[in-house]
Amino acid sequence: MSAITTPLAGTPVAWKLPYRGKVGMACLIIAESAIFTIFVVAYLFYLGKSITGPSPREVLETPIFYTICLLSSSLTIHFAGKLLERGRRGAFVGLWLLTIVLGALFLYGTGQEWHRLIYEHGLTISTNLFGTTYYSLVGLHAFHVTAGLILLSIVLFFGLAGRVGPEQSARVDVLSMYWHFVDAVWVVVFSVVYVLGR
Amino acid sequence: MSSDVIAIQSAEAAGQPWVQTLHEWATTVDHKRLGVLYILYALFFLVIGGLEATIIRIQLMRPHNDFVSPQVFNRMFTMHGTTMIFFVAMPILFGFANYLVPLMIGARDMAFPRLNAFSFWLTAFGGLLLYFSFLGGSGLYGAGNAPDVGWWAYAPLASRAFSPGHSSDYWTIALLASGFGSIGTAVNIIATILSMRCPGMKLSRMPLFAWLNLVMSGMVLLAITPLSAAQIMLLVDRYLGGHFFDTQAGGSATLWMHFFWIFGHPEVYVLIIPCFAFASEIIPVFSRKPIFGYPVMVGATVCIAFVSMSVWAHHMFTIGMNSYANSFFAITTMAVGVPTGIKIFNWLGTMWGGKIQFRTPMLFCIGFLFQFLIAGLTGIMLSAAPFNWQLSGSYFVVAHFHYVIVGGILFALFGAFYYWYPKITGRMLNESLGKLHFWLFLIGFHLTFDVMHIPGVLGMPRRIYTYEPGRGWDTLNFLVTIGAFVQGIATLVFVANLVISYFRGAKAGNDPWDAWTLEWSTSSPPPAYNFASIPTVASRRPLWDLKHPEDPDSLYE
Repeated sequence: MSAITTPLAGTPVAWKLPYRGKVGMACLIIAESAIFTIFVVAYLFYLGKSITGPSPREVLETPIFYTICLLSSSLTIHFAGKLLERGRRGAFVGLWLLTIVLGALFLYGTGQEWHRLIYEHGLTISTNLFGTTYYSLVGLHAFHVTAGLILLSIVLFFGLAGRVGPEQSARVDVLSMYWHFVDAVWVVVFSVVYVLGR
Repeated sequence: MSSDVIAIQSAEAAGQPWVQTLHEWATTVDHKRLGVLYILYALFFLVIGGLEATIIRIQLMRPHNDFVSPQVFNRMFTMHGTTMIFFVAMPILFGFANYLVPLMIGARDMAFPRLNAFSFWLTAFGGLLLYFSFLGGSGLYGAGNAPDVGWWAYAPLASRAFSPGHSSDYWTIALLASGFGSIGTAVNIIATILSMRCPGMKLSRMPLFAWLNLVMSGMVLLAITPLSAAQIMLLVDRYLGGHFFDTQAGGSATLWMHFFWIFGHPEVYVLIIPCFAFASEIIPVFSRKPIFGYPVMVGATVCIAFVSMSVWAHHMFTIGMNSYANSFFAITTMAVGVPTGIKIFNWLGTMWGGKIQFRTPMLFCIGFLFQFLIAGLTGIMLSAAPFNWQLSGSYFVVAHFHYVIVGGILFALFGAFYYWYPKITGRMLNESLGKLHFWLFLIGFHLTFDVMHIPGVLGMPRRIYTYEPGRGWDTLNFLVTIGAFVQGIATLVFVANLVISYFRGAKAGNDPWDAWTLEWSTSSPPPAYNFASIPTVASRRPLWDLKHPEDPDSLYE
């Protein structure tokens, strides 16, 4: 049976396949997109169907500053990856830390908004349909930001320990794919909740 | 090469304490062992789900029967459906995919072996959670035990008010856990196929088995996730006081239906496409011809995957959608029949003019072809909205989808067992017992599910606990139950064959069927590393090239 291992006619000289980490993350992103789609559909479907108040128009305030934070973290993580590829470890760790700070700021913004809605307007997840769909959709996104921050922090920890070099560049890129996805989802959630939904 | 393999294996097999063997299986990340674990786990639940079906059939055997109470009956049909779909069909197909995909594409393992193990254990504990509900489902309220809301769990049945206690929560969390397991496996299969192929294994040379499992995994990513999302919403409703499916607060019960069937219909194709994959490997080998129309088969499968994503509301014709929606879903549903028909013709084209060998795997595949065709035809009947208004929720529908699942999926699966058992265990399944199994199961199947269409047309609703005598359903139901027992006996023959052949079966050797795909080039069972050196392929049938160096396929592709 060893003949099977000898190259037969027409064997390609170079055999290159996509990196499995990227393929895996792309698949995860497709699956997550479907989950978010269902929540977005539910949000849109129930717009204006709440029997009691408060309504989005009365209580929601557009979180522009925190949105800018999250979206710019996509830029910082992108350049952090580029720097790592070129072997500039110190600059990589700096930008990576900045990414985490920006993400954490966004999460703080969400927390503050929820605090305001709950204590000033009495809107909880069980108040009305708006509360149910709003907290689920925004909460699902915040959950993904949190998961991302944990993963980013692990990389930061290793980076500070001097363990992340250019040879890990491909793996770091997989994580930044996830982070870009989380940011892209926020663009959709933002448009649906704060622009279309009011 | 083969002598190295044997030497290494015998070193492994040298008597070790059973605790260590158990530990190795529990901590394994080897795709073959995980594949076997998936299959054994699914077979265990197949027996449980089968027992539940038997209880349902005994209850319906004659009018005014009270073999079980109405409450138990509701639990039985809920658990039967949930078990068979999520804890039998899905894991068994993932098991075969896990075992065979790396072998067929010349890889040494899946892309993410630890994710693979994680996904299996998620599914496994999902099943345990579901069955733990029999003990823990009463919770503090002492009401109900196993879930009894039907496998759709339509709102508001699954809400707190109508399903107190924790039985529905066990159902929800079990499905959520196993759903995440399925997504993990799907990610893994896709990454394996796209990134782990051996040199020369272009996408256009991949065995159809790998192609079809690639498409199936893509569908899992898009189809299982809506169910997971809907389950999260149901948990929000039940635990946090949300109103997603609470009509009193303006919520919608219809939305749950949509979310469920956006999962539910593609799920049927997630289950049937791997069975197409079995047929596409088995039929050519036993017809002694390469598969007819390889590119068309791939195209038709991708087409089925796309179209089947937009047919879900044909499960909901009776809820009163507008005529545009009705027409849309009727047309898309009928459209799925076109690529499916293409596939059936391609299998027939493969058999046409071939030297057909009627071995057990081939018998099951022919049964699959014939029965899947009929199941598809009753499906086309049900896709016509006015016809559906008459028969939706009747035993006609039950007969239709069991024709798909038993007549199609289960027959192809049995074929796969007979075909790959020699590779997995190194021993052939007994051919006489196999033929007995086939004929008994065929007779039992047709007795049950052909006859079951008729009470449906006569108006017998599904999920009914019992019925009045004298409606013309009595004899029919009796026959259906007899058929169920015949199938049960056939399944016992199958299990006996699995066990006896494991110890007494004839040695299989590397390639008992004179087949053409890479899994047959390594020993049976394959060593942990699959291939001593990574193979290189030049055509769709690498083993044909090897056996016929004077006339290799690579000259013509």
